Formats: sequence, structure tokens, C-alpha cells
Amino acid sequence: MAEQAIPGYKKWLEAVGDQGVFFSSFFRNLFRGGFEWSEFVRQCYEIGYRSLMLVGITSFIMGLVLILQLRPSLLELGAESMLPRTLAVSFIREIGPVIIAIICAGKVASGIGAELGSMKVTEQIDAMEVSGANPLQYLVVTRVLATAFMVPLLTLIGDAIGLFGGYLALNFTDDISFSLYFTKCISSLEFMDLLPAVVKTIFFGFAIGFVGCYKGYNSNKGTESVGLAANSAVVTASLWIFVIDALAVQITSILFYR
Amino acid sequence: MEAAETDIKLKKPEEKGEVVVNIAHVAKSFGNKDVLKDINLQLKRGENVVVLGKSGQGKSVTIQCIVGMLTPDKGTVKVFGNDVAQMGEEQLKELRIKIGFLFQSGALYDSMTVRENMEFPLTRIKKMTDQAEIDKLVEEALDGVGLKEAIDKMPSDLSGGMRKRAGLARTLIMQPEIMLYDEPTTGLDPITSREISELILRMQEKYKTSSIIITHDMECARITADRIVIMNDGEYIAEGSYEELENSEDEFIRSFFNQTK
Repeated sequence: MAEQAIPGYKKWLEAVGDQGVFFSSFFRNLFRGGFEWSEFVRQCYEIGYRSLMLVGITSFIMGLVLILQLRPSLLELGAESMLPRTLAVSFIREIGPVIIAIICAGKVASGIGAELGSMKVTEQIDAMEVSGANPLQYLVVTRVLATAFMVPLLTLIGDAIGLFGGYLALNFTDDISFSLYFTKCISSLEFMDLLPAVVKTIFFGFAIGFVGCYKGYNSNKGTESVGLAANSAVVTASLWIFVIDALAVQITSILFYR
Repeated sequence: MEAAETDIKLKKPEEKGEVVVNIAHVAKSFGNKDVLKDINLQLKRGENVVVLGKSGQGKSVTIQCIVGMLTPDKGTVKVFGNDVAQMGEEQLKELRIKIGFLFQSGALYDSMTVRENMEFPLTRIKKMTDQAEIDKLVEEALDGVGLKEAIDKMPSDLSGGMRKRAGLARTLIMQPEIMLYDEPTTGLDPITSREISELILRMQEKYKTSSIIITHDMECARITADRIVIMNDGEYIAEGSYEELENSEDEFIRSFFNQTK
């Protein structure tokens, strides 16, 4: 029994070690100089712009549904006027960043994992390496930074669209003006609601980009490994998002809400 | 593609120069499998050495050791007199610039056009910034492999043979001193295979490279080889010119040549 447990344990340790090496390689290449600006901009477009529609629709629906779900409960308590505030605080602090990060994990991490995985299978990464170019700098650094840069932007846009969705839902049932709704939303928020939320999305983005790159870059040389890389990139990135979120909430509570 | 040369003659071994690659007693295992057991090979300047062997015998592993993609478990691989396993990151990078590696698939970067593929090593490795000079080199390289008209195409729009020619052009644009070909004609029809083999020979003459060609295509070996080594069970078991090995009395060696008869 104990003998059977050893290989799995060793495998896990090896994986942790590999990720540590990849992590240190990333930072070594990040500060090496010769940053690939054109590839970074292209990745920002691919990751940010091409995810915008998905993030927008999902955020809109989330805002709309949350208002529809919250309204009966708050109505029962006679706290209907609290709806904009409740939505704004929950969406900006927690729901927006996490949902949008999970969507990005599904779209971006799997995309990066599959792209780099297929580059590995078709020997493109090897070709880059043996030519004397630096595939880590060109492929990994640009993608991780672009994700860390674009996920916070997508979250801010998604937050705004989510609140707008909430307004439309509220407007169906209650007669509330656009300016009153947004005044209530914004007045209920403090700078310290927004700052930790944005900061944690940078870490979400970093995790999404890093996991996608790690899984793709280290995939095996078989066609099935492309699918595996994409799949495990989504699963691992999603898990990391929740772990980072739990840590971020704890740190934020200690620093700002004591 | 330029018109194929109608009469390709077997190359006769010439007086060759210094040893540029020296592989001595190299062994490499993966898990429990001993892929290379005791490999010894010397490549001289200006020489074309073809390595023949069955699939899965570790032919590609040998050339991966030359560029430092793999490290031998035993033995040494010296390129230009320097032990590859002892090289640091920067030293290895400098060495790799002098070595061209053509992968089986051509390994074109599929998110870039053929032009961008050609520009990639020039701008990233040679750090060239003069666009006019880059364009000139790219057009020259593509013209050399007969692909000038495909300059703005994506790799997905190219046939297998065109991809290999584009891959060869991208490798040769850096003017390497040593070329390593990993099964350059695999997966191609006989006519395209012959075109690629002739192209290898023409490019070798033009760029004065020394080459190791991994293949099991006898036509490719016949056209390109100055010297052939035959690999079996992790070791090189025979060495000689095409004619010498063709007339060998060893059944295993003859089995390679029988397929062409």
C-alpha cells in the first residue's frame, strides 16, 4: 500500500519542482531585456479584445439574474432600496472578478495551453530553441503579461456591464432612473472595495496565463497531449483562481475591514 | 522550384577538412530503454554524412545531442572542439546560431506568414533592423528554394514539400556552418523527395555547410551522402560510401539497399 503511494507522491513533487523551475525561468526571462512588444500587443488583442464579447454577455446576464434573484428576498425585508447597493458591492468585490476570471480560464488558459501544446507537438518550440531564439521570452513572457494586464481590464468592463444588466432588470420591475440607480451603486462603493478587487484580478490573470503556458509548453509530443494540455490548463487555472481569491479575501479583511 | 537536375551523380568522397562534430562513446537511455549504447561519429568540414537506420533506433536522439536539446548519459559530443554538455546558456545559444536544424515537419511557426517565419531569426537572433536588408535576405533565401511566390502565404496554405523547403530556407538564412536534417523526405512523394534531396545538395554547395542527414530514404542517401553510417540497436555498425555499403555482404546492411532495387 505504502509502496504504491510513493510513485504518485513523487510525481506530484516532480510536478511542483517543474512548476518552480518554469516560474523562475519566467522571471529570469522577464528581466532579461529585449521584450517582445509586438507579440505582447498581439496577445493583448487576442486575449482581451477577443474575450470582450463573452465577458460582456456573461456579466450582463449575471447582473440581470442577480437582481431578479435578490429582489424577492429584499422585498420581504422591506429593503428593496438596498438592491443597487447589494448588487454593486457583491459584483465589484467578488462576483465580477471571480466569474470573469473563470470565463477567462476557460477561454484563455485553454487557448494558450492548446496553442503552445500544438507548437510543441509540431516541433515549433524546439525549432525556436535550436535556432538560438528564446521561446520562453517570445511565447511565455508575452502571454503571461498580456493575461495579467487584460484580465483586470476585462473585469472593470464586465463590472460596468453587469451593473447595467442589474439596472435593466430593476427597471422592468421598479421605476428607477438610470442616474439614481448608478448614483446609489457608486455611492455605496468605496475606493477600498475597488482596489483589492482589481489587484486580485492581476493575480488571477497571471495564474491563467502562467498555467496555460506551463501546461502547453510542457505537454508531451502526441496529438492527444494538446487536448490534455488545454483541459488541465482550465482545471488548474480555475482551481488557482479560487485559492487566490480565498487568500485575497483573507488579506483584504485583515488590511481593510478589521 | 527550379528545374530538377536531370543527372544527379553520386558524390565521391573528397579531401575534407577539420572535424567539426566529434561524437565519442555516447550513450543515452530513456527509462529502462538504452536508445544509444556507444555512438562514435566524426563530421568533417564540408562533408555530408547520412545516418541510416530503422525507425525508433535513436537516430534523431544523436542529432539532438549535438544541439544540446538532450544531454548524453555517457560520452562526449564536441562541436568545433567544445563539449556541448559543458556549455552555459549563452555559449549554447552562440553554438546553435552556427547550427541549422531542419525538423521532419519543417516546423514553420504557424501563426506567422512565410515572410515572418524568415524574418524571425534575422530580427530575434541577428538583431537586424534594416528592413530593406531583411527583405533582400528573405527574398534571396526563398528564391533559393523556389518559394518566392509563397512569401505572403500562411504555413497552412503550403503543401508538405513546400513547408520543408520553407523550413530549409528559414534555417539557411542564418548561414549555419553545420546542417542537421531530421528525416527531410519523410512523408513526401518520390518526386518531391528527390527535389528535396537535390535541394539539400545544392544548398550545401551554395552555403558550404557540413551536414548530418538522418533518413531511411535510400534515394535521399544516394543523392546527398559523401559517407553513410548505418545504425542498429544503439550503435553504428557500418560506415562507407553508398557503393561500398551497397555491395556489403552483411544481410542487414544490404536490406536497406534492396528496397531501391
